[in-house]
Amino acid sequence: MDSTQYPPSVFNAATYIAPDAIFKVTKDYLADTDPRKVNVGAGTYRDENGKPWILPSVRMAKEVVANAGHEYSPILGLKLFRDRTVELAFQGMKALKEDRIASCQSLSGTGALLLAGLALKKAESGITEVLITEPTWSNHELLFSSMGYNVTKLPYYKAGAFDFRSYIDALKSAPSGAAVILHTCAHNPTGCDPSQEQWKEIAAVMKKKTMFPVFDSAYLGFNSGVVYDDAWAIRYFVDELGFEASVCLSFAKSMGLYGERVGVVTFVASSSELAQTMVSILENVQRATVSTPPIYGANIAATVLGTPEIAKQWAQDLITMSSRVKGMRQKLFDALVRLQTPGDWSHIVKQTGMFGYTGISSAQIVYLQDKYHVYMANTSRISIAGLNDSNVEYFAKALDDAVRSVK
Amino acid sequence: MTSIFSSLPIAHEDDAFGLIRLAKADTHPSKTSLNAGVYRDEEGNPWVLPVVKEVKNILHADPTVNHEYLPIRGNARFLTGARKLVLGAAEALNPAVVSIQTVAGTGANHMAAILLVHALQPKSVWFSNPTWLNHASIWEKADKNINQKWYPYYNPADRRFDFRGMVKTLEEESQPGDVVVLHACAHNPTGLDPTRDQWKAIADLCIRLKLFPLFDSAYQGFASGDLERDSWAIKHFLGEDGLELGIAQSFSKNFGLYAERVGALHIRTTSADVASNVGILLQQVSRSEFSTPPAYGATIVATVLNDDALFAKWQLDLKTMSSRIAQMRQGLYDELIRLKTPGKWDHILTQIGMFSYIGVTAAQAILLKEQYHIYLLTTGRVALTGLTWENVGYVASSIDAVVRQTATEAIPS
Repeated sequence: MDSTQYPPSVFNAATYIAPDAIFKVTKDYLADTDPRKVNVGAGTYRDENGKPWILPSVRMAKEVVANAGHEYSPILGLKLFRDRTVELAFQGMKALKEDRIASCQSLSGTGALLLAGLALKKAESGITEVLITEPTWSNHELLFSSMGYNVTKLPYYKAGAFDFRSYIDALKSAPSGAAVILHTCAHNPTGCDPSQEQWKEIAAVMKKKTMFPVFDSAYLGFNSGVVYDDAWAIRYFVDELGFEASVCLSFAKSMGLYGERVGVVTFVASSSELAQTMVSILENVQRATVSTPPIYGANIAATVLGTPEIAKQWAQDLITMSSRVKGMRQKLFDALVRLQTPGDWSHIVKQTGMFGYTGISSAQIVYLQDKYHVYMANTSRISIAGLNDSNVEYFAKALDDAVRSVK
Repeated sequence: MTSIFSSLPIAHEDDAFGLIRLAKADTHPSKTSLNAGVYRDEEGNPWVLPVVKEVKNILHADPTVNHEYLPIRGNARFLTGARKLVLGAAEALNPAVVSIQTVAGTGANHMAAILLVHALQPKSVWFSNPTWLNHASIWEKADKNINQKWYPYYNPADRRFDFRGMVKTLEEESQPGDVVVLHACAHNPTGLDPTRDQWKAIADLCIRLKLFPLFDSAYQGFASGDLERDSWAIKHFLGEDGLELGIAQSFSKNFGLYAERVGALHIRTTSADVASNVGILLQQVSRSEFSTPPAYGATIVATVLNDDALFAKWQLDLKTMSSRIAQMRQGLYDELIRLKTPGKWDHILTQIGMFSYIGVTAAQAILLKEQYHIYLLTTGRVALTGLTWENVGYVASSIDAVVRQTATEAIPS
């Protein structure tokens, strides 16, 4: 059968979809051979030499699990990992003491959000609307719309800060009973988190409108250096106000286990029986998507959390990463002040976590890439973790030039 | 206070995993698990392949190893090796075949279902009767409206592959664009594979009836010990120019990397452009479910598949596993013959792979569990990997006992 006689492809009707922009940024950065290149695109931590960092606590844990086997984990994942993660995220909370938390190991944060969405459907929760911030992590919309949810964006950011008024007004007008995706801390991509007072107001609106919080928690510990502090919003909603919720946890950033896909999805239910039932629902949705989750990373994380001297090292590692990032924020800001770069750059030190919105224009972003080999998201988001003492001056000067030369 | 969770139906525990739980809890000294589809050594213990141990040590000592995100498509070296393995060296270079790393075989099947539902909108998806328990759930999750249909496969009367039944049903009832799920080798759960001539006929059938073949390849090398032999059917289909098909490939059994979830999906299309677009669709599915696939297991497999010396060691490990299972088949058969157990048992020798539809009824399977602490699925599927020289006598005599016992009892209504 020669090529001209092939029947048309069954895939001809499928429509082309442009790939996720941020992956292209990484691809282009890797292909660039210029020695001055700077990657402030992808959200992965880099050490002071711009290299991936294997956390000392992770190294210690890898020694312990070096000879582990590869037998299938239960569908719900490694129990030790699930339990220790729940103890970590919900420490001191009534929901934990009252055994009202359902948990299931997931493929990192993405997988946790997926399982949460699938489980809420399977549970016939009646939730059809999902509210996300605008802007938000580039995958929230795809994730939830692919599952068939109606996704609405609530305005979140303006002029370098959290636009609380616009957000709360939009929340008040949004449909009751919606699921609301909240960034527990270190909002991606803006770095702008609500204050505690603002969280309280958000919670009050959500309570009134019987909205269901989904806490996307990818930076617990990575943000402030202390997990307990970073989990404040969860405690307030779940412990003080008694919300039912989903808390989606990831160890990608906080343990540097990115590619190993280490996460846990949880549901806080109003009773222990309901939590148990949600466990069975989670098991069901996991079985039909991946069967069982990968154990290597979960084994490492469980060992870190459960071994006192390794857990202590991890607490130190979190401080190392978060304080290096905070330090870079300060250095970048100081450099821009020194250069007298036009504009107010204080948002760089006011924002928190791995990311920040610089607020520069598309043209300026292109200029930075073409002239200075600086790679960042086309939204003006930068990953502060990509800066270090060797490149922060260069980056500041490049930014300064872009702001002055291009509009 | 009403909970949003209040209206839920109680989800039912998965049968196979449920049985594993029961078996684990059973402390009887003669307890024998013949249910889970995992390899066990001659002591009945999990077995980390020596080549895998070696590579793990290499990776552990390598200071350049890290845990960075893989590209959405997966580990490139892994995909190169995986393609060569299942497609053959020549077809692996064909740009009309697109590949993506998946979360093991389940993930590959799941991703194939989503892609095919979206791209083909098939009226029906066809499974062998019986098939792996999870095929139906995976397709139901991808599209709850698609018709799930069953082509005859196992004939309980003669315990053989019902080739004529399969062909007749597909001829009469399938429609162009339907997906047909095929087991590349070592059919799960029966252990019965088509002969080469039968595979040729099935390929012709797919072309003639315009069906989309989706191969589930979970046992390449594990089944016979011979990588080429276990991929013969796939390669025959690939030899049919212009035939588009899919291959869900798992490295769980042949590398013993079960829990690390190592798999790939390959889609053969008619051109590089189409393949490229399909690739982007697949990446979007990955992105919308787990972003990027897990790195560790794929790194191990990539290391082996791309190194001649390690590859040769892997082939020895495959021979170890496949020949132990073949010995257990022989051992069980010999015992049943020696005991003069009523019935015919030669299918045990002609089947292939880790599973066998041994020929016990559901009632007999329950008796085996309750009276003899031998755990197998009530469908009669036995995982031969659970047999050892130490327990094969006990298993044979237990089967002998329940067969004789139920022969004298009335069949419950």
